Amino acid sequence: MMAIDVLAARLRARIGAERVLTDRQQLRTYECDGLAHYKVIPALVVLAGSEEDVATAVRECAAAKVPFVARGSGTGLSGGALPHADGVLIVTSQLREIIDLRPEDERAVVQPGVINLQVTKAATPHGYYYAPDPSSQQICSIGGNVAENSGGAHCLKYGFTTNHVTGLRVVAPDGEVVRLGGMAPDTPGYDLLGAFVGSEGTLGIATEVTVKLTRLPETVRTLLAAFDSTDHAGAATSAIIAAGVVPAAIEMMDALSIEAAESAVHCNYPAGAGAVLIVELDGPVTEVEAQFGAVTRLCEEAGAFELRVAADDQERQLIWRGRKSAFAAVGRISPDYIVQDGVIPRTALPVVLRRINEVAGEHGVRVANVFHAGDGNLHPLVLFDDAVPGEAERAEAVSGAILDLCIEHGGSITGEHGVGVDKARYMPRMFSDADLETMHLVRCAFDPDNLANPGKVFPTPRLCGERPGSRKHAAFDGVEVF
Amino acid sequence: MSALDDLAVKAGDDDVVGGVPARLVAAPASTEEAAALIAASADLNVVIRGGGTKIEWGTPPRDLDLIIDTRRLTGVVEHAAGDLITVVRAGTPMAELHALPGQQLALDAPATATAGGTVAANASGPRRLRYGTARDLLIGITVVRPDGTITKAGGKVVKNVAGYDLGKLYTGSFGTLGLITECVFRLHPVPATAFFVRAAAPPGSAARILAGQFAASALEVHAVPGADPEIAVLLEGAADRSAEVAHLLDGEVSDEPPPWWGVTPPGTVLVKLTGVLSQVPALVATAVGAGATVTGSAGAGVLYAGFTGDPHGRVELLRAAAVRAGGHAVVLTAPDDVRDTLDMWGPVPGLALMRRVKDQFDPAHRFAPGRFAGGI
Ligand SMILES: Cc1cc2nc3c(=O)[nH]c(=O)nc-3n(C[C@H](O)[C@H](O)[C@H](O)COP(=O)(O)OP(=O)(O)OC[C@H]3O[C@@H](n4cnc5c(N)ncnc54)[C@H](O)[C@@H]3O)c2cc1C
Ligand SMILES: Cc1cc2nc3c(=O)[nH]c(=O)nc-3n(C[C@H](O)[C@H](O)[C@H](O)COP(=O)(O)OP(=O)(O)OC[C@H]3O[C@@H](n4cnc5c(N)ncnc54)[C@H](O)[C@@H]3O)c2cc1C
Repeated sequence: MMAIDVLAARLRARIGAERVLTDRQQLRTYECDGLAHYKVIPALVVLAGSEEDVATAVRECAAAKVPFVARGSGTGLSGGALPHADGVLIVTSQLREIIDLRPEDERAVVQPGVINLQVTKAATPHGYYYAPDPSSQQICSIGGNVAENSGGAHCLKYGFTTNHVTGLRVVAPDGEVVRLGGMAPDTPGYDLLGAFVGSEGTLGIATEVTVKLTRLPETVRTLLAAFDSTDHAGAATSAIIAAGVVPAAIEMMDALSIEAAESAVHCNYPAGAGAVLIVELDGPVTEVEAQFGAVTRLCEEAGAFELRVAADDQERQLIWRGRKSAFAAVGRISPDYIVQDGVIPRTALPVVLRRINEVAGEHGVRVANVFHAGDGNLHPLVLFDDAVPGEAERAEAVSGAILDLCIEHGGSITGEHGVGVDKARYMPRMFSDADLETMHLVRCAFDPDNLANPGKVFPTPRLCGERPGSRKHAAFDGVEVF
Repeated sequence: MSALDDLAVKAGDDDVVGGVPARLVAAPASTEEAAALIAASADLNVVIRGGGTKIEWGTPPRDLDLIIDTRRLTGVVEHAAGDLITVVRAGTPMAELHALPGQQLALDAPATATAGGTVAANASGPRRLRYGTARDLLIGITVVRPDGTITKAGGKVVKNVAGYDLGKLYTGSFGTLGLITECVFRLHPVPATAFFVRAAAPPGSAARILAGQFAASALEVHAVPGADPEIAVLLEGAADRSAEVAHLLDGEVSDEPPPWWGVTPPGTVLVKLTGVLSQVPALVATAVGAGATVTGSAGAGVLYAGFTGDPHGRVELLRAAAVRAGGHAVVLTAPDDVRDTLDMWGPVPGLALMRRVKDQFDPAHRFAPGRFAGGI
């Protein structure tokens, strides 16, 4: 029998045949995540029904030295949950129980497969919610959020997943179940919890997540401001921040993304806008009212030609609908597109947006911009038609050039979608060899055999156990130079 | 001449850490100089010293040859006001960061503490309720590893998920994983107004503030054996919600904090207690019952207990209470003659993994040997 067949037999015996998939047709369901142009059929899929199932599967993989990949809802946009052809895909999406809801302690303990929005739905009757809100919140899992350190429109004010997770139970790559952090803050010792969040499944599998619950704000005010150009909208953003206001969200859309949203969901944004800003403030009524006045004035001063204030929750939903549907909507104006995810310092917005347009023009492709303006997280959508020869390559070139622009301006190659398999090759543009090696030291501490999601995040896997410094001496023709 | 010969001078009488005297002291002035120094001192045991305000925290080093002092590694490298970030060298006193025009690094660290020490110790004060701790405000870091390699993590933008978030790992690592030489912090605007509401009220009344719509920036309790417990709330922002809070707690509004605000309680023994919010009143009661003065954040579940006298039974009592509250009790400081007999850190989850991390970064265990949790 092949090694994988032996493994399958052992897993069937230990966690039940119905949880172990080997049928090629069934395996195909899992061949990609939200980034569909990478596809790999896994050798085996385990549908975990408990933490014990996850631990058993990982232990068996460790014993057989077979790689494993965790998968939550599969909505990732960097190919993080792309299976390994000779490995086991461990799916946590059936682990959907909210184990403990403790509003009095501002905590909830949930299984990793729980959908992000479900936490908020459970907490809302008690006056609380779960603050990190990726646009995919109706479908993505908390485990996936932890692995990607997901953010959302509101993280300018409220932070990212890492600021809202206080405890984890993790199946380490040797199959051992480890507790990191807990209910209370500041667990003594190294902040391994902080290192695990955002590690994209390369340090183990989260099987229980303790999250902070945030008090629902007393009031929320939402404003839509239309400008002639992204430059003016960018100036308004800077003015708001400079005035000392920290809005719950500031989102920007350019003309092309407005056009896309219009054709998809008829959000009825102001006609002729070169850019719109959505600004949301939340908090105590008196404070929000005072700041809302300031924001309105600053938008007008920056050249807003139309301002709309949501009068009720329904109008607020309408304002957000255009923004939230933008990614999907672009499919209506272009047969294919790449969603890029890069970050720049907020003050570089005008110059970088202009350069993106120039680069796009030089390559003959269109770019729609929809993004988190408050924290400089760009989501350029590079439009192309795969049926036109050469267009996909040109779009890819523009997409890469955008990342270079982000790095050039002191930013990052990813703000929320992660490195995954998609951006591993860009890591050396942002980090030196020594920086990557240092990350790898952590990897080696958790996973010396390189079994947890190999091939992701790091451009070139290194051997663990090799002592740092031992390759400092260059070798020339067999002669060591000291 | 090696960087060690260049930089190191003979230690003086004050160059002692946790009762252990050092042989040498060196103060590099740049990241590169620090890297050369660390590479050249490969067989020496090292403890790093910033402002020295917390150098007594933690267990004494097993062995100490060299103190690396960050007093020359200073200066604000960049303050990008429009991006709400600053880049500072590790030895920069927090006083300089408290004085940034119109903006603040929202940590309550004392003026003489250094930026690097503040990160390495990850202590926290009252405003953590609103702004988080050093861990949340640090967005980029430069570190010289124990093998002399210069390495960076994070960057200059708030939103960044490229690679591992190693800034978190260094935060609170007490100099055991390398020398922090530069930090990038997220800043916040200085609020237009700030009011304190002070009341004689039991810690349990904090729950009413948390459940209300006050968006407090800090919510502190203070309890001294034999006196009425107090509570104080910091409210920042454009609007003044302080009258409402004062009414609710039957307290007084002031633009000055109470004298105990953000001050670690007196005593020769200092213990940090953590627990879930609903257990804060019980934790305070246990500590006060054991004769400790308690100050801390009822909104975050982090308390400091100070007392004088034999710590043994009391630390066990406090630790049991903290564990019941879902948290931990860590002895931050204690007299030299009892330290060795105390379990300062208590049980630490994930210790085996932490040891493996230390082995990877510092295989010879020469950085702050024995000072950290589990004897790391
Ligand atoms: C329309 C759309 C909008 C989106 N908007 C946002 C957004 O606003 N912000 C944002 O941050 N992201 C966004 N995303 C990306 C995606 O939703 C997030 O990355 C999400 O966190 C992935 O969760 P998932 O459960 O689908 O994880 P998956 O895609 O299944 O997995 C993602 C990664 O996590 C690992 N993983 C999964 N579960 C675990 C576990 N239990 N333990 C350890 N590792 C695990 C996987 O190995 C993989 O590396 C969007 C995606 C789509 C399709
Ligand atoms: C009343 C009070 C309130 C406080 N409130 C806060 C608060 O709100 N927020 C907060 O963050 N802190 C707070 N602190 C703690 C304060 O920040 C500490 O004094 C500070 O963390 C230590 O800085 P230092 O420069 O004096 O470091 P030191 O005392 O010199 O060193 C502290 C530790 O860090 C290590 N270290 C120092 N520099 C480096 C470096 N460059 N690289 C690696 N390791 C290093 C040392 O080896 C030592 O283990 C408070 C302290 C007090 C007394």
